[in-house]
Amino acid sequence: MAEAQTLESGESAAPSGYADTRTIGGPILSVENIVVKFGGVTAINDVSFDVREGEIRAIIGPNGAGKSSMLNVLNGFYKPRSGKINFAGQSFPAMDPYFAASNGIARTFQNIALFRGMSTLDNLMTGRMLKMKRNFFWQCLYFGPAQKEELENRAHVERVIDFLEIAALRRTPVGRLPYGLQKRVELGRALAMDPKILLLDEPMAGMNVEEKEDMSRFIIDVNEEFGTTVILIEHDMGVVMDLSDRVVVLDYGSKIADGTPDEVRANQDVIDAYLGVSHD
Amino acid sequence: MEFLHALLIQPFADMVMEPAFFIETLVKGLMAGVLYSLVALGFVLIFKASGVFNFAQGVMALFAALTLTGLMELLEPSGMPKALIVILAIAATIVVMILLALIIERLVLRPLVNQELIILFMATLGLSYVLEGAGDLLWGSDVKVLDIGLPTDVWDINGVFIEQLDVTAAIAAGSLVAVLAVFFTKTRIGRALRAVADDHQAALSVGISLQQIWVIVWSVAGIVALVAGIMWGSKSGVQFSLSLIALKALPVLILGGFTSIPGAIIGGLIIGVGEKIVEVFWYSVHGGAVENWFAFMLALVFLMFRPQGLFGDKIIERV
Repeated sequence: MAEAQTLESGESAAPSGYADTRTIGGPILSVENIVVKFGGVTAINDVSFDVREGEIRAIIGPNGAGKSSMLNVLNGFYKPRSGKINFAGQSFPAMDPYFAASNGIARTFQNIALFRGMSTLDNLMTGRMLKMKRNFFWQCLYFGPAQKEELENRAHVERVIDFLEIAALRRTPVGRLPYGLQKRVELGRALAMDPKILLLDEPMAGMNVEEKEDMSRFIIDVNEEFGTTVILIEHDMGVVMDLSDRVVVLDYGSKIADGTPDEVRANQDVIDAYLGVSHD
Repeated sequence: MEFLHALLIQPFADMVMEPAFFIETLVKGLMAGVLYSLVALGFVLIFKASGVFNFAQGVMALFAALTLTGLMELLEPSGMPKALIVILAIAATIVVMILLALIIERLVLRPLVNQELIILFMATLGLSYVLEGAGDLLWGSDVKVLDIGLPTDVWDINGVFIEQLDVTAAIAAGSLVAVLAVFFTKTRIGRALRAVADDHQAALSVGISLQQIWVIVWSVAGIVALVAGIMWGSKSGVQFSLSLIALKALPVLILGGFTSIPGAIIGGLIIGVGEKIVEVFWYSVHGGAVENWFAFMLALVFLMFRPQGLFGDKIIERV
């Protein structure tokens, strides 16, 4: 983190014609030689990469390449067989979901994982869980300090609601929302956590063009305004190439390329992986 | 003709002819219903938070009542005033139920995390036997009288007899539900409980600790079991048949829906009232002993026409 550097505009993924004012720091999170196996199947095979503070880092690859598994390693759902995760100045053989959440790693899911029975507001409020410290006793009392704390966190959630333009959906049970909005509420829940690092698992899957543009705008805004580091899995190549600063490409669980969108696009292995080439 | 008359006309005529007796039966049914509801409530809490049908809920009520009477017997010789003994014993029993929740989470739930729900269900079946054995071992198997000083008089309102104990039970159940409702909807922990009930992975991703939530849920269910145990125990003594009420709670749940707290209460009341009224007013049709099976028959009818219960989440599968 000592040697902060600003990306030159040529390297930046921002759409042309607008100045990139972000500061990209040193590595905030990195993985080394991660191996994940399910029974005899190797989902991730010896993958290493780092993520710099403040950048948008994409993980791409064909279906079954191990992208989601990688994200699950980063937030502690999967425990790797071997390898290291370096985060918050420490090195771990595996992450723990609670530790990840309490140290500012928030995530969304490929298949929406919202609390379907709860309202939009309540879903977002769960994102404030770890910021609310009053114990069980005060909670039972309800009035007093617990209520004050509730109101403070509510104010924060309201800012997220404004930011994502979902004010009208506050009281709607999320199970009733259309797909695109559910994805947005899920992003909102992650943002309510005040994350340092945001893990997005296919945030635009199944969306129409307009919804994709909205979502892209939110991701760029989060990254620029709050300096949140974003790690993104996405299938839509156009989106990936537009949004991300650097891209990791996985294929059959192994890393085959790592670099700026332009570098990756020109890489022969990547082209082969996507277009399909006989492996012999 | 005579049969139809006895089935369709006579009972209603009786109800109109003897309104005082009808109201008394109704109240009796409501109060029995409250007790069913209390047991069902414990089931719903655990089912909501973990999707586990806790077969041991009835035994937990028994175990709580046994512990309470046992502790009161232990404290009796100390010469303290009765009220103090009762308060101390109840507080100690609550501590025991919370410890029990901690032990269950550590020894039963945690090793079985991510297993099929049927396996967890089987585990609670085993748990019910362990608890029953532990209760027997610790406090003996005699029928005990539980007297914590609840009013036992009978009110006579214009010929309608109402037991004060029943009214106390209703008030206790009512306040318990009110407190739980506020707790579930208004507090951070309540929100976490609902979150866990909806989606385990998402709950983990926002930093909710499943273990902590399970301990809280089982503790609350334990305290609900204690209230149920006190009420049943005060009414009919603390005996091992208490654990069989758990079976009566099943039709209550099918009626009310497995995930609904108001459902548990209303389901309990419907079954309590239903079985008393049918027992008393349709006596000439069936010749008695309806109370044992009426609830299950009603549940069967519900399963045919409304499997999610009155208030349960509608089961919709997207294709």
